[in-house]
Amino acid sequence: MRYYSYFPGCSSSEGGAKAYGQSALAVAKVLDTELIEIEDWNCCGSTPYSSEDELASLCLSARNLALAEKRGFDLVTPCSACYVNLKRTNTYLKQYPEMRAKVDDCLAAGKLVYHGTVKVRHLLDVFANDIGYEATKAKVTKPLNGLKVAAYYGCQIVRPTPGFDHPEFPESLDKLIVSLGGEAVPFPLKSRCCGGSLIISEEGLALNLMKKLFDSAASNGAECLATVCPLCQFNLDAYESRVNKKLKANFNLPVLFFTQLMGVAFGLSEPDLGLKSCIVPTEKVLAKVR
Amino acid sequence: MEKRKRNGGLIDEISAIPGGEGIRLCIQCGTCTASCPNAERMEHTPSQLIAMARAGMRQEVLSSNAMWHCLFCYLCTVRCPRGIKQTELMHALESLAVRRGLATGRSRTPLMYRSFNDFVYSLGSLPEFGFMTWFYLLSNPLRAVRMAPVAMGMIRHGRLSVKARRLKPEAANQLRAILDKADAIGGGA
Repeated sequence: MRYYSYFPGCSSSEGGAKAYGQSALAVAKVLDTELIEIEDWNCCGSTPYSSEDELASLCLSARNLALAEKRGFDLVTPCSACYVNLKRTNTYLKQYPEMRAKVDDCLAAGKLVYHGTVKVRHLLDVFANDIGYEATKAKVTKPLNGLKVAAYYGCQIVRPTPGFDHPEFPESLDKLIVSLGGEAVPFPLKSRCCGGSLIISEEGLALNLMKKLFDSAASNGAECLATVCPLCQFNLDAYESRVNKKLKANFNLPVLFFTQLMGVAFGLSEPDLGLKSCIVPTEKVLAKVR
Repeated sequence: MEKRKRNGGLIDEISAIPGGEGIRLCIQCGTCTASCPNAERMEHTPSQLIAMARAGMRQEVLSSNAMWHCLFCYLCTVRCPRGIKQTELMHALESLAVRRGLATGRSRTPLMYRSFNDFVYSLGSLPEFGFMTWFYLLSNPLRAVRMAPVAMGMIRHGRLSVKARRLKPEAANQLRAILDKADAIGGGA
């Protein structure tokens, strides 16, 4: 049994990506891994907080890190934005002693101390590198039968700091898909941006970026996309029809969380998989698996 | 003399913000601009923005929409041959613009971020439905109407929860104490 502290993030806990959190926990269980949720964690602040108030942004993450430190395990999150923010806070506290002193003062106001020892991990990193492709493969009961998947990483899981995979041409998700019996199609734009939260404030700009992603995936024969981030999944899934309508396209690609694909291959069923929450229907492409 | 003082001012302010210190290292090679997925939509490209900041064009830099169109995808950061944290520089410019009251009205992003942060400050977590509805109402109620098809899709698939996640009172008070202290210390931007 492996143990980790778990930081679901707002979206994967009770938000729009609830299915991500549910499938992540279910899949981890199959892989003899326990994700222990930090009690009363708070929002990481994502991009907006660091755009307005750096100190407060670092404090939001530092509180979560301090709570995780008490338990001592690595801190795992399925969300790329939470991942980048928590990791960034660790880096900043080491790199900028002045900032560190301020953050310590703020934490003290909440009677908390953070020593800087928590290692922040993305869930994909844990599955790919701690558990590994072979052990994952061993749990597969319903192989994906050559399902053509575009492995989509997005930005913040692989950038900016050197992490567990290449910052522009990562491969861990591709390999994971292969270990599930799927085919990872070439996907040149696999680590390009989906538009992030600008889908809300500057929709047109984000739709253009998404169209490029869908083009890249579809032209390489993908039958669906696998994502590692709640926001990427939300953007691509909820706005695919809008991309079609506004940019005169005709994409019909389901967008799944990678943990949902793992769950399908492990033979899990509803409600663990949460496939009904996908807006672009998944039944047709998954029919060849089941 | 007056001009130099003014130039130094902006550069110093930016350099003092964590992540902003790299601005002096730029060689204007344009790698960041060539890598940026949104450069064409910005009033000034990332490399122009750096050049302008170094020329002391305070007003133009801080009221530009450029940083508000940054996606924080970090492509420029991993490619910069001078190791400048260009993406963090964008954060620095945003927070400086907010502090100086220059966050531009030509982008809806500052208002979106503000709405997001207000929710996080008061609840400790982000209720997506409430946040998005609030933002659309503030920015342009008509857009809220146009968002109905997307929202309906989300509701039909059980993805919009109206109920917000709440921290236990002790935890909420602890978080509030930390954030209020940060506000009191200031100098965060």
